[in-house]
Amino acid sequence: MTSDTGTIRFILNDRSVALDDVGATTTLLDHLRLARRLTGTKEGCAEGDCGACTVLVGRLAGDELVYEGVNACIRFVGSLHATHVVTVEHLAAKDGALHPVQQAMVDYHGSQCGFCTPGFVMSLYGLWLSKDRPGRADIEKALQGNLCRCTGYEPIVRAAEAVAEARPDAVFDPILAMRARVKTELKAMKTGATIAVGEGRRLVVPGTVEALAEVLDSHPQATIVAGSTDVGLWVTKQMREIAPVVFINGLDALQTIEETPEGVTLGAGVSYSAAYPLLSRLYPAFGRLIDRIGGDQVRNMGTIGGNVANGSPIGDTPPALIALGATLTLRSKKGSRSLPLQNFFIQYGRQDRQPGEFVESLFIPALAPDAHFSVYKISKRRDEDISALCGAFHLRLDADGKVKTLSIAFGGMAGTPKRASQTEAAMIGRLWTEETVALGQAALAKDFQPLTDWRASAAYRNLAAANLLTRFYLETRGEGCELTRFEGAA
Amino acid sequence: MDATAFEDKTVTPLSGPMHAARRHDSAHKHVAGSADYIDDMPEPAGTLHAALGMTDRAHAEILSMDFSDVEKAPGVVCVLTARDMPHSNDISPSHLDDEPVLADGLVQFHGQPAFVVIAETRDQARRAARLAKIDYRDLPHIIDPADAIEKGGTLVTKPLTLKRGEAETALDHAPRQLRGRMRIGGQEHFYLEGHIAFAIPGEDDDVTVWSSTQHPSEVQHMVSHVLDVPSHAVTVQVRRMGGGFGGKETQGNQFAVLAAVAAKKLNRPVKFRPDRDEDMCATGKRHDFLVDYQVGFDDEGHILAVKANYAARCGFSSDLSGPVTDRALFHADNAYFYPHVLLTSQPLKTNTVSNTAYRGFGGPQGMVGGERMIEEVAYALGLDPLQVRKRNFYGEPGSGRDLTPYHQEVEDNIIARLVDELERDADYQARRAAILDFNAKSRVIKKGIALTPVKFGISFTMTAFNQAGALVHVYQDGSIHLNHGGTEMGQGLYTKVAQVIADCFQVDLERVKITATTTGKVPNTSATAASSGSDLNGMAAFDAARQIKERLIAFAAERWQTTPDAIRFVANHVEIGEERVSFPDLVKQAYFARVHLSAAGFYKTPKIHWNRETGRGMPFYYFAYGASCSEVSIDTLTGEYLVERVDVLHDVGRSLNPAIDIGQVEGAFVQGMGWLTTEELWWDDKGRLRTHAPSTYKIPLASDRPKIFNVKLADWSENRQPTIGRSKAVGEPPFMLPISVLEALSMAVASVADYRECPRLDAPATPERVLMAVERLKRG
Ligand SMILES: Cc1cc2nc3c(=O)[nH]c(=O)nc-3n(C[C@@H](O)[C@@H](O)[C@H](O)COP(=O)(O)OP(=O)(O)OC[C@H]3O[C@@H](n4cnc5c(N)ncnc54)[C@H](O)[C@@H]3O)c2cc1C
Ligand code: FES
Ligand code: FES
Repeated sequence: MTSDTGTIRFILNDRSVALDDVGATTTLLDHLRLARRLTGTKEGCAEGDCGACTVLVGRLAGDELVYEGVNACIRFVGSLHATHVVTVEHLAAKDGALHPVQQAMVDYHGSQCGFCTPGFVMSLYGLWLSKDRPGRADIEKALQGNLCRCTGYEPIVRAAEAVAEARPDAVFDPILAMRARVKTELKAMKTGATIAVGEGRRLVVPGTVEALAEVLDSHPQATIVAGSTDVGLWVTKQMREIAPVVFINGLDALQTIEETPEGVTLGAGVSYSAAYPLLSRLYPAFGRLIDRIGGDQVRNMGTIGGNVANGSPIGDTPPALIALGATLTLRSKKGSRSLPLQNFFIQYGRQDRQPGEFVESLFIPALAPDAHFSVYKISKRRDEDISALCGAFHLRLDADGKVKTLSIAFGGMAGTPKRASQTEAAMIGRLWTEETVALGQAALAKDFQPLTDWRASAAYRNLAAANLLTRFYLETRGEGCELTRFEGAA
Repeated sequence: MDATAFEDKTVTPLSGPMHAARRHDSAHKHVAGSADYIDDMPEPAGTLHAALGMTDRAHAEILSMDFSDVEKAPGVVCVLTARDMPHSNDISPSHLDDEPVLADGLVQFHGQPAFVVIAETRDQARRAARLAKIDYRDLPHIIDPADAIEKGGTLVTKPLTLKRGEAETALDHAPRQLRGRMRIGGQEHFYLEGHIAFAIPGEDDDVTVWSSTQHPSEVQHMVSHVLDVPSHAVTVQVRRMGGGFGGKETQGNQFAVLAAVAAKKLNRPVKFRPDRDEDMCATGKRHDFLVDYQVGFDDEGHILAVKANYAARCGFSSDLSGPVTDRALFHADNAYFYPHVLLTSQPLKTNTVSNTAYRGFGGPQGMVGGERMIEEVAYALGLDPLQVRKRNFYGEPGSGRDLTPYHQEVEDNIIARLVDELERDADYQARRAAILDFNAKSRVIKKGIALTPVKFGISFTMTAFNQAGALVHVYQDGSIHLNHGGTEMGQGLYTKVAQVIADCFQVDLERVKITATTTGKVPNTSATAASSGSDLNGMAAFDAARQIKERLIAFAAERWQTTPDAIRFVANHVEIGEERVSFPDLVKQAYFARVHLSAAGFYKTPKIHWNRETGRGMPFYYFAYGASCSEVSIDTLTGEYLVERVDVLHDVGRSLNPAIDIGQVEGAFVQGMGWLTTEELWWDDKGRLRTHAPSTYKIPLASDRPKIFNVKLADWSENRQPTIGRSKAVGEPPFMLPISVLEALSMAVASVADYRECPRLDAPATPERVLMAVERLKRG
């Protein structure tokens, strides 16, 4: 192992930054606004929901340099080692000429009060860099994490469509112009050394998975931070003291995605965005679900491993993963162990994770060719909302059209993501008909006694859960009836 | 729509006269991150930061507050409580003495601030604020308006009655009658920039406060009142806000006052920027309403009599609830003539944050209630609601069907023409027929379509507020400095008023510098509210420019020995007979001839008057109109929905700036749609607002806006009143256009019971409410 260092290094716009006394939970947004006086990046909520703080973060993925929009308000500075942070101030040319994305926002009247605008500009810029001629669906997806209260979005979408004409290779672009330099510098920063900042190692960026295991062994009370899309809010909203903090987002060994005939293994550090291409190909319904988790910024930072480890009853991936029969692998200095994911969730706020353990990977079995798999998220607002309930259904029929295997899991219906065992039992072995579905629906009440809260009443949750069975049934019968905003997309 | 649709079509060599589609004056700065909001200003050395200390009871006596841990926390400089307010702890904008700056012994809503921590950094202040120990004695609380009525209905301010004819008798004699109740939810403003105040102490009693406020004069008065210093010692400034929507009309007072008190006490600059969640808990919102209505009508759907009570959740204090509930009654008729009518308001006291102004100011709630009555009549008779609407529109002046419930004649009625044009352009009839057909065949997905009108009264109902001032300087180089009492919150007011000035002098818009609103330049201003910004400030600025122009003309006539009518301002020049001098040239010469090149302008709206006691008068100078047609799809298994298509035809008179006006219409539509669909304020049994953050309170996203969204201005419309450029106000009226979305949802729901029953869908029509209404109807 390379020896420890105490310095966080990254590139901020066109300047190299080295910080050796950064707070364990100092946010990138505060760093930009307070320490750097880069006030173009705004705080609208400090919880990842409004996008006013959107900046791009470039990182090395293999040999590629990838730029992604993130929420600076819930991104900790400690997680930025070996990255390139790009803020709105960096977009215009030195002579003040606006970038085509900015100019389009001006020309199409995409700003009114202007407070959301830097965030939109950065999201649109991220889209512009990554996607050739995006369509309306792409644009709306890229803007799921940005709120605007003034414009009604129409002019912003027009601007995004218009700017698609001006391609990056055809115009001066501040990021493209410095690509080579950034790659070289980031490579040099990625030494594999563990970084520990502050007295008593309050902030640790392990250089290897072994180092991570080591740190957790000596500091079992440490907070693991992957994408910080949950942990960020503990700090900005609950003002929790969470040090020592261990940042794992830079560990390449946790970012692996492996596909075999048996299924998929996802490293715990794989973000939603990184997992999306494969998951949406193998389990299309899972892809459509990911499309509705947070916005792009959250999907770029947040990990499926974190979603699972967080243990929330309303996390969106556990129901789908449970219904698919996923297995979780935990690791510590002592070694690894695997367990069916559904056993990981013990009760509200309690998971089967021992001190010193971290989530290493998830294995998702491949779908049988005849399997029906669907997952439905129900929320007040279609996008970037937390589920009122989320139901996942995985069915195989035998040759007679009887239910051979069925696994159903719900989020939002109990204190944990939970299998609907009684419901399944009521249906297994029977002909897959509306009558059988009705039996399942009748049994749901034995599985779930949901709560009433601000997302939905218990009555609604019960009714909608039962109706999702109907929806699933209709879908297996080729009568899919989910409302879609765009053909071919959820 | 492409960019060319917004390009200026008038042939003019000037860059931005009135009626031209100009971009927002700050657009290039917005996109570059260089438009400064208050939190972006450099902080002077020694700046301190404030954080709110909030209570966690809905209604309780405070027995004791222990700040020992707070004071020991790192960075803390001091803690302020009600006792530390130098002169007064009251900032009631209605002057009813019912709104403490900080809770003094009594907590009246959950989260009510009881103290403020001042510390070296904001983070330190926020952390320390959590360390206070407060002992309470709980008192019973009332959260819900229905509950408030049941428990005696304590009011926060005097209710209003509007009466014309004999509604009760007419109801009794009507061939048909129905009654119902509708709940209409409130709404959080969710301005993207939260509240903020930044106070810098000066010498003597002076203090300058940068405040994110729509009403700098009121902030000035509140600060001077609490500090007990003359108004002249307090200067309040704001260059721009990151949105306001009414939420910064009175709600910024507490932050500005507390920052000023701390700044004077400690003689250091103090910044106060509450966290988003605290902002949402501690500041007022749109009023929720409970509308009880009775309608008498005939078999053709002609309304004969209406009796309705509008009860509102006002919160613990009056704030603006009086005028808000009044405006609800003023709009309960929307575009319809009620032969006999009796409307009452009931501004209820509840243990919730004091509700306040929000775009439309009660008008939207009034109108939603009115439109529900139309819908009820239509379903009762099996008619297309549009037919019922048309049958009840106000008539032409002199038709005998032109009198509002407040006895003002509707003189400028264009609703029938607007609705006819939209019905045709949106192809309403054919689409409705197709939808009825679709619904008959589709098992799970159902569709709905609705076309609803808007008529909205323009003017502050408090007559005195309908005045404005402006200050214009012309410098020796011909550049122009513009200042007025209106505030910029994104609505493009600064741009429009600058266009007025550029137009008046016939110079390029770039020549006009728009400067931050400050109480030091234009005094005694009204809130930038009631959509009145450009009507009032545009006229006041025009008045100032006109004075300077007249002086320049008089000077030129004398210098060139000609008559004033031989002098014309054209294209950055002044033509004097045959001669042509550039504008700066003329200005320079005028300066040397000692012509006064600065003027204060003033305007007050003519004609209007209102007597609240008798419920009679002419509270509105004119009406703005609009209509929209919305089509939706719902999923009857889950209640989820999509807004498929919206067509809007809206009246802004002769638009001062079509690009900005279309932006206002689109933005208002989506904001109004959010109010009626996904935005839900939800209190738990302890009286805690649980939807106090964007994670739980869901405003529309880009993917919620109508899939097809056609917005058109009625280009043939002109204000009949001599407003600036014959334009009409645009801020609020389009907010009510999306009532058609609510009603389209309602039609889709009604389809499950063959449209026999009005679904009585309450607002906001969340997926849950839609599904529950479907179930109710299915069960019959
Ligand atoms: C605006 C916004 C929208 C969101 N929308 C959704 C949504 O629609 N659906 C949804 O399900 N969620 C949503 N979330 C939450 C979701 O982003 C998180 O649950 C995310 O998946 C957590 O991953 P992370 O990498 O950010 O975890 P972090 O926040 O870094 O960590 C979360 C928890 O997991 C632990 N942890 C992380 N990685 C490991 C590991 N490898 N081993 C052990 N413990 C670990 C942490 O210690 C912490 O307890 C949203 C969040 C935000 C801010
Ligand atoms: S400030 Fe709202 S997402 Fe970061
Ligand atoms: S322009 Fe004001 S929030 Fe988007």
